[in-house]
Amino acid sequence: MVTASSLVYLIGLPLFGAAFLLLIGRKADKWGHIFATAMSAGSFILGLLHFFEMSSRATEDRAITQTLFTWIEVGSFKVDAALLLDQLSICFVLLISGVGTLIHIYSISYMAHDENRRRFFAYLNLFIAAMLLLVLGNSYLNLYVGWEGVGLASYLLIGFWNKKPAYATASKKAFVMNRIGDMGLSFAIMIAFATMGTVLFEGVKESVDRVGTPTLTAIGIMLLIAATGKSAQFPLQAWLGDAMAGPTPVSALIHAATMVTAGVYLIVRSNFIFDAAPTAQLLVVIVGAITLIFGAIIGMAKDDIKKALAASTMSQIGYMIVGAGLGPAGYAFAIMHLLTHGFFKAGMFLGAGSVMHGMNDEVNMRKYGGLRKVMPITFVTFGLGYLAIIGVPPFAGFYSKDEIIATAFNSGGAQGIILGSVTLLGAVITAFYMTRVMVLTFTSKARWDEGVHPHESPVLMWLPMAILAIGSVTAGYLFTQGDALVSWLAPLFAKKEEYDELMPHSVVTVLAITAVIIGVTAALMKYQFKSVDAIAPSDVSLATRLARNDLGQDLFNEAIFMRPGQALTQGLVIVDEKVIDGAVHGIGSMAVGSGATLRRTQSGYVRSYAALILVGALVLLAAIWVVTQ
Amino acid sequence: MGIFTSPILNYGMLAPILVVLAGAVAGVLIEAFAPRKSRSSSQLVLSVFTLVIALVALIRARGTYSNKAAMNSITFDGAGYLLQMSILIIAIIAILLLADSDKFAAAPTAAPGSDEERQAQVANIRVTEIYPLTLFAIAGMLIFTVATDLIMLFVALEVLSLPLYLMAGLARRRRLASQEAALKYFLLGAFSSAFFLFGIAYLYGYSGSITFAGIAAAITGGTANDVFLLIGISFVSVGLLFKVSAVPFHSWAPDVYQGSPTAVTAFMAAATKVAAFGAMLRIFYVAFAGDVWQWRPILTAIALITMVFGSLVAISQRDVKRMLAYSSIAHAGFLLSGVIALNKSGLDATIFYLFAYGIATVGAFAIVSLVNDASGEVTDLNRWAGLGKRSPWIAIAFSFLLLAFAGIPLTSGFVGKFSIFSAAYESGNTAILITGVLSSAIAAFFYIRVVVLMFFKDPVEDGTSVVIPSIYTRITILVSLAITLILGVFPAPVLDYISQTAFFLR
Repeated sequence: MVTASSLVYLIGLPLFGAAFLLLIGRKADKWGHIFATAMSAGSFILGLLHFFEMSSRATEDRAITQTLFTWIEVGSFKVDAALLLDQLSICFVLLISGVGTLIHIYSISYMAHDENRRRFFAYLNLFIAAMLLLVLGNSYLNLYVGWEGVGLASYLLIGFWNKKPAYATASKKAFVMNRIGDMGLSFAIMIAFATMGTVLFEGVKESVDRVGTPTLTAIGIMLLIAATGKSAQFPLQAWLGDAMAGPTPVSALIHAATMVTAGVYLIVRSNFIFDAAPTAQLLVVIVGAITLIFGAIIGMAKDDIKKALAASTMSQIGYMIVGAGLGPAGYAFAIMHLLTHGFFKAGMFLGAGSVMHGMNDEVNMRKYGGLRKVMPITFVTFGLGYLAIIGVPPFAGFYSKDEIIATAFNSGGAQGIILGSVTLLGAVITAFYMTRVMVLTFTSKARWDEGVHPHESPVLMWLPMAILAIGSVTAGYLFTQGDALVSWLAPLFAKKEEYDELMPHSVVTVLAITAVIIGVTAALMKYQFKSVDAIAPSDVSLATRLARNDLGQDLFNEAIFMRPGQALTQGLVIVDEKVIDGAVHGIGSMAVGSGATLRRTQSGYVRSYAALILVGALVLLAAIWVVTQ
Repeated sequence: MGIFTSPILNYGMLAPILVVLAGAVAGVLIEAFAPRKSRSSSQLVLSVFTLVIALVALIRARGTYSNKAAMNSITFDGAGYLLQMSILIIAIIAILLLADSDKFAAAPTAAPGSDEERQAQVANIRVTEIYPLTLFAIAGMLIFTVATDLIMLFVALEVLSLPLYLMAGLARRRRLASQEAALKYFLLGAFSSAFFLFGIAYLYGYSGSITFAGIAAAITGGTANDVFLLIGISFVSVGLLFKVSAVPFHSWAPDVYQGSPTAVTAFMAAATKVAAFGAMLRIFYVAFAGDVWQWRPILTAIALITMVFGSLVAISQRDVKRMLAYSSIAHAGFLLSGVIALNKSGLDATIFYLFAYGIATVGAFAIVSLVNDASGEVTDLNRWAGLGKRSPWIAIAFSFLLLAFAGIPLTSGFVGKFSIFSAAYESGNTAILITGVLSSAIAAFFYIRVVVLMFFKDPVEDGTSVVIPSIYTRITILVSLAITLILGVFPAPVLDYISQTAFFLR
């Protein structure tokens, strides 16, 4: 069977695929896509083998490590390039390579007419490799490499159609916002290194007791910033909607199933830090709660089907972050929701791609309608994903969301009540906007533009959608059978604290189902039983307008980040050119005592430079003097 | 009547330096006697050949039983060996850039815009004295890193500086800016040399010795006049800090980097930094180590200011060469933290960082020299917009080097920053660690801004294009990329080698 020494091939296969396809060039145009798909599938099969092998071992022997080589060794400090496969990373490996392979298959058909299809597949492979590295690294440093790698691959993929300026701008925004997040991660690593002297997950876990709570809080907050950047959480959420400019399979893979969930992985992986830093943990919950409502509200107003789904992704990840912020009680549920969301959201994105494929790349849902009859398979697979996301039993989303809501309610005190209510409210809105998407796209009257002849997509496209739909139906049930996922992951986390159940699980379930019914009914009243305009009405309430403009997130960014940043650098330029120069000139003249002579020399600049050096030398001397005294 | 004893020189250890000097002299002879047509190629062959021979001589010299040469004024130890090797490797790839001789003034002595210059241009005259000048500078740098007495140190400083002043003024286009740069560099360099010499005099006054060992012994003895030592350390530091362009002695760097021919900037930015930091490491680790509690706070302050200032001001630069100049200022700050650490890992990390940074710098400037319009190089960053669409490979290569400067993982820059900050951490200097990380975060911002500019902005149609690199420039860029990548992914062998080899013989 498979051993730890084969871990490298999980990453190696897709990485080889990417390098091979990029290097070999146009010659591979004919078969490059198949090759890339095979590499990804190979990774998935290897992952499955590892999974079976792992489940046959005793609980305490399940984690395995492969050391590749010594990466950095400085003094007493040593980082190996090493891979760690444990109960948590295997979940991600299967999700990434599994959903990844399906999306490869889908793209074969979806990108069939693109002249750069080979390059596209090379980037997809690169992304899979980087994402697998992210979840397989055994230290924060190795994780960081994967973290930057998925960033790079995603820019390449979003910017893939970089002929249009809007797409290029989207890449740019994603780039900048992610940089802020990445800085958070590098600070977290540096603080961990400075205080604990190690960056290994294992080492940090053992050192948690040695360092004080303030340090852990600082690390926790930095990790949270990293997570908000990658996972499009408040306040770094603005890029996700714009990133939808990329090809739809990319949105399904990166912006629904895998990369955007990296933040959740990071927080769950760092559970030992957050458990010991309650303030950081509270912030996690707050960020998650804000984003889950924020995304849901934006989702209600978007007419672009991909942007509506993106807003929904933001909101669903908000649920996961809330789960991850609830500590040992919530980690496993956060991961469960992440996995089920991987199925249904990827499925729905692929469905959206299928619709766009049939509608001449139209993304405005107000120009859809009545597609139920012409695209029956897309309708059914999308519909199953829809039932899963709004949380209708027994579909996948019901189980995972239900658990998060219940855990939120039972997290104790006022926090529990507020959080529980927020997650419930989120469920109502989710039901509303997803029903709106369903109705506008499939069940309302057709509002197509002239010359549009929708048709069902080819088998290579609907097959992956069908497989994901099966996942959307069954995953939740499978994960909760005998607490399968929870007990699988349990050894990684601290023991759950025993608490009094504020609200019995059955009550929560009833509440959640009621929430769904309210949301669905409201949406049906508004859209199914009334006619829908093909052009978005303009005489709408202020709230709708705000939501259409992403609740002013761009204005916010401009005011909070961009303007002050610009002002600071502008100010420094002035300081550098005017103030320092002037001051130095003044002081320099005094120091030399013959400003007039200096001014008469021809070269103005050299004069002030030399004066600066002189002043610097005197200050240096004076400073050493002071230190000595 | 004293009996004349001939000085013991140990030619084996001096061989690399002597080979380079001999090559330089031969270059002067070629300039004087060879026919104009064949000069360019023979100079290039001679220079590369000389440097390779010097490298071989250096490797052969390793393992000789004695470590002192030239009457103890030169110490050939592990650190010196590594530094000399770095300088030679950087010089070999940098000198290939000089082969694009149409970048250099046709008649350097003619006034800009004069008839004489115009005639020389029409006649398509190519000057080649830049090769021997470069070799002289390299010889100075090689001595600078192994000099262990103050006189030798000063001579080396001048030998390396004087040719650089001239080289800065040799640009073919924008000659006024180039000559201005040369003059500024010369005046300010002379100014700082004066400080340096002044400091040397005081150190002699303090210790009664011109050797590093003598100064170290005097500090340990602790009986001499402290004021002299203080002035000595301060002013010698000024000279060295000027060479490495640390704030507030940095003001020359942006102007000189911008005005000089790009090939010269590449060499100057990379090799001079190695030489100057090499000398700095030696003098602070060997001579001044006993007095660390006096100078460490001050150098720490300078390092902090340098990092922050360089990173912040670089953000607002609109010219790629000026931006790289401020980035080199910021890097000087990072490197200073290795000097201040004053421990073995600080020494190892600084040497690694110097080599990695030098190699990446040569590559980056080589790429800058490729972006041209009809009137010469285009250094205005706004006109680099959309370069990724027109010349994806060049843009990718430049981005990779910028990411190395920014210290992103899988590049040499990341390993370098990581090791230098861990050395600072080991020496207990948390201020350096925190400020260093913060300012590298700021610095990452402006590097990435350029990447964004090249890939995500639409190109402007103004005739800016990337010239097809000559085979020499191509070699330089490829070697630089390869080393930057290898040092990022598999740095362990090099780090190992450095940590086994690097030590100072006191």
